[in-house]
Amino acid sequence: MTTIATGGNARAEAPVFYRTEEHAHAAGGSTLLGFWIYLMSDCLVFAALFAAYGVLGGSYAAGPQPKDLFELPLVAVNTSMLLLSSITYGFAMLTTYQGRVGATQGWLIVTALFGMAFVGIELHEFAHMIHDGATPQRSAFLSAFFTLVGTHGLHVTVGLIWMVTLMLQVGRRGLIADNVRRLACLSMFWHFLDVIWIGVFTFVYLGGMLR
Amino acid sequence: MTADSTLTKMAFGRLTLQAFPVHEPLLVATFVAVALGGAIVLGAISYFRLWGYLWREWITTIDHKRIGIMYMILGLIMLLRGFADALMMRMQQAAAFGAADGFLPAHHYDQIFTAHGVIMIFFVAMPFITGLMNFVVPLQIGARDVSFPFLNNFSFWMTTVGAVLVMISLFVGEFARTGWLAYPPLSGIAYSPDVGVDYYIWSLQIAGVGTLLSGVNLIATIVKLRAPGMTMMRMPVFTWTALCTNVLIVAAFPILTATLALLSLDRYAGTNFFTNDFGGNSMMYVNLIWIWGHPEVYILILPIFGVFSEVTATFSGKRLFGYSSMVYATLVITILSYLVWLHHFFTMGSGASVNSFFGITTMIISIPTGAKMFNWLFTLYRGRIRFELPMMWTLAFMLTFVIGGMSGVLLAVPPADFVLHNSLFLVAHFHNVIIGGVVFGVFAGISYWFPKAFGFRLEPFWGKVSFWFWVAGFYLAFMPLYVLGLMGVTRRLRHFEDPTLQIWFVVAAAGAVLILLGIVSFLIQIYLSILRRDALRDRTGDPWGGRTLEWSTSSPPPDYNFAFTPVVYDTDAWWDMKNRGFRRPVAQFNAIHMPRNTGAGFILAALSGILGFAMIWRIWWLAALGLAALAAAAIVHSFNYRRDFHIPADTVARVEDQRTHLLASQG
Amino acid sequence: MLCACHAVVLNPSGDVGQQQRDLLLDSTWLMLIVIVPVMIMTVLFAWRYRQANRAARYEPDWDHSIHLELIIWAVPLLIIIGLGGLTWEGTHLLDPYRPLDRIKPGESAAFAAKPLRVEVVALDWKWLFIYPEYGIAALNELAAPLDRPIDFRITSASVMNSLFIPTLAGQIYAMPGMETRLHAVANAAGDYQGFSANYSGAGFSDMHFVFHAMANRDFDRWLARLRAGGGVLGRGDYLKLEQPSENEPVRGFAQVDPGLYAAILNRCVEAGKRCANDMSR
Repeated sequence: MTTIATGGNARAEAPVFYRTEEHAHAAGGSTLLGFWIYLMSDCLVFAALFAAYGVLGGSYAAGPQPKDLFELPLVAVNTSMLLLSSITYGFAMLTTYQGRVGATQGWLIVTALFGMAFVGIELHEFAHMIHDGATPQRSAFLSAFFTLVGTHGLHVTVGLIWMVTLMLQVGRRGLIADNVRRLACLSMFWHFLDVIWIGVFTFVYLGGMLR
Repeated sequence: MTADSTLTKMAFGRLTLQAFPVHEPLLVATFVAVALGGAIVLGAISYFRLWGYLWREWITTIDHKRIGIMYMILGLIMLLRGFADALMMRMQQAAAFGAADGFLPAHHYDQIFTAHGVIMIFFVAMPFITGLMNFVVPLQIGARDVSFPFLNNFSFWMTTVGAVLVMISLFVGEFARTGWLAYPPLSGIAYSPDVGVDYYIWSLQIAGVGTLLSGVNLIATIVKLRAPGMTMMRMPVFTWTALCTNVLIVAAFPILTATLALLSLDRYAGTNFFTNDFGGNSMMYVNLIWIWGHPEVYILILPIFGVFSEVTATFSGKRLFGYSSMVYATLVITILSYLVWLHHFFTMGSGASVNSFFGITTMIISIPTGAKMFNWLFTLYRGRIRFELPMMWTLAFMLTFVIGGMSGVLLAVPPADFVLHNSLFLVAHFHNVIIGGVVFGVFAGISYWFPKAFGFRLEPFWGKVSFWFWVAGFYLAFMPLYVLGLMGVTRRLRHFEDPTLQIWFVVAAAGAVLILLGIVSFLIQIYLSILRRDALRDRTGDPWGGRTLEWSTSSPPPDYNFAFTPVVYDTDAWWDMKNRGFRRPVAQFNAIHMPRNTGAGFILAALSGILGFAMIWRIWWLAALGLAALAAAAIVHSFNYRRDFHIPADTVARVEDQRTHLLASQG
Repeated sequence: MLCACHAVVLNPSGDVGQQQRDLLLDSTWLMLIVIVPVMIMTVLFAWRYRQANRAARYEPDWDHSIHLELIIWAVPLLIIIGLGGLTWEGTHLLDPYRPLDRIKPGESAAFAAKPLRVEVVALDWKWLFIYPEYGIAALNELAAPLDRPIDFRITSASVMNSLFIPTLAGQIYAMPGMETRLHAVANAAGDYQGFSANYSGAGFSDMHFVFHAMANRDFDRWLARLRAGGGVLGRGDYLKLEQPSENEPVRGFAQVDPGLYAAILNRCVEAGKRCANDMSR
């Protein structure tokens, strides 16, 4: 009944119980995995906000409805800003792996500009809605809308601050391993926000217009 | 309103002199005691010039072992606070019958039961299990530290700041009066306009960040840093349960964060997620909070199952029975724990099919749990059981937990739940599994790994005294609550009409006193152990005849844990090494690459605490300042690239030589 | 005074409560099939394989047995299958939303009187019971005739509560802006305790009421007494009553605004407030 089949061949020979060479768990070797796990947890924050929107999205409390509020052309422009920024970040990563500091910085600037345009348009949309009385306090639907879209916008803003910081660090130290890893993390973050936005665009804006 | 008061309001938000409870003698006395105690501790630290040592060696440490120990200390301190609350509740309920109103007014009593639940779950049980995992997991997998040592330090301090905010609420303002999950609309601004719920929100949010990051950290550690040869199916069971628990943490805590964020928006920004009007839906909160809350229960119990698995195998001198079925049982529990949340509110009226679905999924969890119980049982079978303290806790757990499991399954039958929900039967049930499971397991874990952490064993006599007080106290305190639940007595009552109930509450209060003696005995045990540490010294590094890698290194382990990376061929790696003539390396040591200590985690957490406090009292300028400082500190920290160093080879050689001599001196 | 010195949950007087009790006990017995042997084995093994007992077999490498593993997974599985069946059936049969089909064992509800409708409002911190058929209401006092099904409609004015009359049937939440339902029947005359089983704030402890289960004749007399007592519950009176208060004495209202309950449920008792059911969803 005993099963000590483990060890296999090692059992027959004299087993090696430790490694004498200092084999490297390279510094930051788990960073990308760790960051990816963090992104999954962030994804769950959005999942909760989407769920809240799903539950409350129809609770207008006799207030304005998606059809009264959303301007799809503006949202389309906004979406393209974010999608373009994702593409340009991709270019930034390509040049990073080629070790071209100047080109990386250039693409990061372009990405940041697209990102700022996205945030700017979103703020304009919010200001417009609030001016028309469609405030987050007006109904549960609007609470859920502003929170979901606003949380995404806040993430983009944080991403922008991070991007500027990284540009400074790349400027000071060049594309050393630490900085490449950080750029790769921000890249994952940035594309992640893109994916979330596609969900927002489909579920909130398009879905709202069809409701 | 004068200009003066506007200015005060701007400077201090809602914080006024009335926030300090100088008119409540109970609180003033507590404050004086805490202040005196604090002054003595701080004075002693200054007198013995320990500030520098504390800062360099503990506060800024990124060593997973020290962080683990600090989590355990945090858990222990908060246990004292949480237990004081429990004692006051038991006294109040034993006294307040008929004309007698007890010594606690509703305003105070309602804070106490809320704080008791919050503290015991978030700031006692969570630090304890996080501490155990932090200390043990890297050692068990043959790693030098966790994947992200700085993050580990930051996580610890975030958890601590959360606990500090809860403690501040005792003396500045008040805590929530809502029950530990703060259901709206009661916790909304309309029904809880004061700062209690804000303390609740901010302490949990800040501590939650710590918990989440520590979850990410430990997953990455277990996935990436296992010693060569340690395949997934050769991981020690404790590491398996730690992995599953951290997966649960990462998958559950974001929901808590989001839910509390929505509640704060309702309170601060006037949104309508959970309000009664404008389309809000308070039952959405109840659903969301339990989507976090039920996995949370398994977050607490899974690593404890791991502790019991290690202890049972070690003290039975035998391989764990059914390793793979243990692993699969853990995985099944992990997944199922997401499909049962609605059993916390069958009484919401969800309809028979929904209720039966969630009832039956809940019962299904008892299948893998039952399998685990049998696995421990058959590990005892044909073993050579040594009744050391950890084993005693394990046996007490096995006998106690099955009762709690049974009452839990009863509560999972919806029609039975309709008559038992929110009753003292429920209170007895979850204390039965949390004390009989988590607390017993934490004590088993403490007495099991203590020699590893400090290099000397815990003194056994007072440990056994503590054990018997705890076990007897538990049964005396909670069996009456089962009975009261069957008499239809509901929870959170401050005052009773029916005098015939009183005797049961008196018995329960006596049980609480026994538990108090158990806690005191435990403190005496630690004190005496420190005093007699030379006699209790563990020179072998393997005081119990252990089976897993943590016992292969010295007690306490050196900073770098293992001079050479171990290679693993068996689930019980160390047992296997001992059986097959492992010879400890004594020469040719290399320099070891290690992370460097940093104060950034402490500073970031302290700034978060200031931000939280400012938000609680609505001191907007301070909140803005705190947020800006937090962002700035994080950015500044990211400019620090000097994060590691090498322990020189001759230092390693010196440390290892010392151990060689020590081992040789014992023959 | 009311005596709860007996375990009311194990000894309820109402038929629904009794069925819930039966399910509770059946499940307990079913689980004891496995719990008791486990406890005995724990003690037995721990004792037999203690270190001092050198006579006991010691097999340090014995860690697997396919037969045993099958058994340890199968036994809990079989019990849970049994319990799952009981649960599925019991949950549907005892669904609080389902009208009763019997008023006591062997006596169909079809021949009983038409269910007594009671509209329940949980207030801070007292209970309002409205009897729409009779146009009357009572505060902190509930009465019902024996063997007549009771059809509760339940809501709350402010925060979440839970309506629980242990002798009658299990509890159900009372939530603002929402309606829950509960069907039950009283089978033995007496005065029983009812209360809120969900913490709702400062006055929660004293938020209880008396449930009188009485013969038909007595119930008619009770109604008559309430009618004779006077007292009007219009919307304005309700708004005053709604204000938080503790330990409110029992009182009756001979006349109740017929739209009051619907207005409370839809959160539009105040003049000029739009009802939730009027707002487009």
